Amino acid sequence: MQEKSLSEINERIRDGSARVVTAEEMPDLVDELGPAGAVREVDVVTTGTFGAMCSSGVFLNLGHSDPPIKISRAMLNKVEAYGGIAAVDVFLGATQPSEDRGIEYGGAHVMEDLISGKQIEVDAYGASTDCYPQIELETSLRLEDFNEAIMVNPRNAYQRYNAATNSSDSTMHTYMGTLLPRFGNIHYSGAGVLSPLSNDPNFDYIGIGTRIFLAGAQGYVMGPGTQHNPQNNFSTLMVTGDMKKMNNRFLRAATFHKYGPSLYLGIGIPIPILNEKLARSTAVRDRDITVPVVDYGIARRDRPSLKIVSYEDLKSGMIDINGKEVSASSLSSFHVARDVAATLKEQVEKGEFLLSCAVEPLPRVGSSRPMKQTKESPNVGDVMSRDVVTVREDIQVEEAAKLIVGGSFDHLPVISRDGRLMGIITAWDISKAVAGGKSSRIGDIMTRRVYSVKADEPIELAARTFDTHSISAMPVIDRDNKVIGMITSNHLSRLFARRR
Amino acid sequence: MKLMLHVAPGIVRYPLIASVILETNALVNIERASIDAVSGEIVLEVPPDKCQEVKDAFERRGVRVVPLEIPVIRDENECVHCGACVSICPTGTFRFEDWRVVADSGKCIQCGACVVGCPQRALKLVLK
Repeated sequence: MQEKSLSEINERIRDGSARVVTAEEMPDLVDELGPAGAVREVDVVTTGTFGAMCSSGVFLNLGHSDPPIKISRAMLNKVEAYGGIAAVDVFLGATQPSEDRGIEYGGAHVMEDLISGKQIEVDAYGASTDCYPQIELETSLRLEDFNEAIMVNPRNAYQRYNAATNSSDSTMHTYMGTLLPRFGNIHYSGAGVLSPLSNDPNFDYIGIGTRIFLAGAQGYVMGPGTQHNPQNNFSTLMVTGDMKKMNNRFLRAATFHKYGPSLYLGIGIPIPILNEKLARSTAVRDRDITVPVVDYGIARRDRPSLKIVSYEDLKSGMIDINGKEVSASSLSSFHVARDVAATLKEQVEKGEFLLSCAVEPLPRVGSSRPMKQTKESPNVGDVMSRDVVTVREDIQVEEAAKLIVGGSFDHLPVISRDGRLMGIITAWDISKAVAGGKSSRIGDIMTRRVYSVKADEPIELAARTFDTHSISAMPVIDRDNKVIGMITSNHLSRLFARRR
Repeated sequence: MKLMLHVAPGIVRYPLIASVILETNALVNIERASIDAVSGEIVLEVPPDKCQEVKDAFERRGVRVVPLEIPVIRDENECVHCGACVSICPTGTFRFEDWRVVADSGKCIQCGACVVGCPQRALKLVLK
């Protein structure tokens, strides 16, 4: 078995003789030379990824004012930074929206502005104490004015990520971008062949303390990221780096429509080819890395997976979903991921980037459990009315009017002969028909596009549907689309009133 | 060639498109139409050889006509070539070329889906 030591490789990096390739070039080399040959020929494989990494932020130290202030809350360009850490340390999170511009400008935008050399406006509020008498101050700062600007990102560089699509009837705006109705498109994220953790999934090199390329600066792996889940190939990294050395080519603020701000971040890890195992793992191709296509149209934590696809399938731009060709595109940028891997390759070749020995390996088992919810909220089935009056579409408007007057709802679900939901008729629809002077069948005036819920869905989902579509009642249906009850905004307000 | 029609409220009820088609014999495709109480916006695809004739015919009927030559513009400094615009465009205006996003503006119908879908806010519609 061919082997090399890390110090041997670092020696070659220092004298400029190291052979460096990107993770995109490596698979062909390993095919050609075999793993043993690749260990002899290649010293370092550079990886790179550039995508939305919401779980990111920066510790900023503002220095002490005169008179001193103990900042409890700081606004940076009207974006709140957490102040519950000592006097003049604050933590600015990437996804925090601003007070004045909302989600169009957030924590990520403050970071990009700072790195781009712009001045930001700071409003700080403090609690007056004997040692920190100042209660409020305003100042304008640039990146160089902070004592430290240290990025600390709890969860970055996902090994791979679920692809997203939408089975529902309406367009969804998510952190996976715009998802068009009825499987109108697929969005995916991740660099596939260039993904750092997909090139070392067993952590034969990457560990705690590993030196990395973080948005142009040299940063470090602090440890496993939150929700690190290597047993299911969803490993993540917690990383840190000096923001003063970062480059806005690799750090970009973004806003996902109707979702919020996020940070696009470039991360690269050079992997030394110490042995055949690492040669083999860095020979991974897009076709070897698979992810589920997940239906975001189901607004639950456990969204159903429709099929398993590879990054090669996703990058082809078309995926077959239930016999339909669906257009697929990325949210992360493979173009910039290549730039990360190429820039890192250049830095290693020039002897500017040395490889490091991990202090500890990353854990091979992680935890990505669902939240333990101690206060269970009721499901639709627990609060709905079961004595629902339904009608068939061939009855006359007058008859429906009588049913509404005599019943307890001003909505009547319209059902087919076998009890399946076809539409809905409201007191307003009837008034409109009567005012129009037309005596008609229910089938002619009913709303056919009817929103509904299932009995085992949480009431929050019903509340959101009411709110989104400005409606006040919905039929509750079973798996066969048969009407089994009715839920109204009254049910929800009663529940809320009882809770208080 | 795409034409955008701005229809004033007074003439919305008149069968404008039908009458222009009958007059010019042009094979017109209606790609987008949004009409409300105050005005209407319609995007038509018109064969290049009939374009001037159709434009003139609409203008004689009091419709403001704007040819959509570069309907969507991109800020090259903001674009990171992520591809969020590629699969949401109903007419396939955007595609990857060696992982850079390239646009075929001739396909754009000014629907604006890409403008809100772009995480970097790099896209704008010329006429909005």
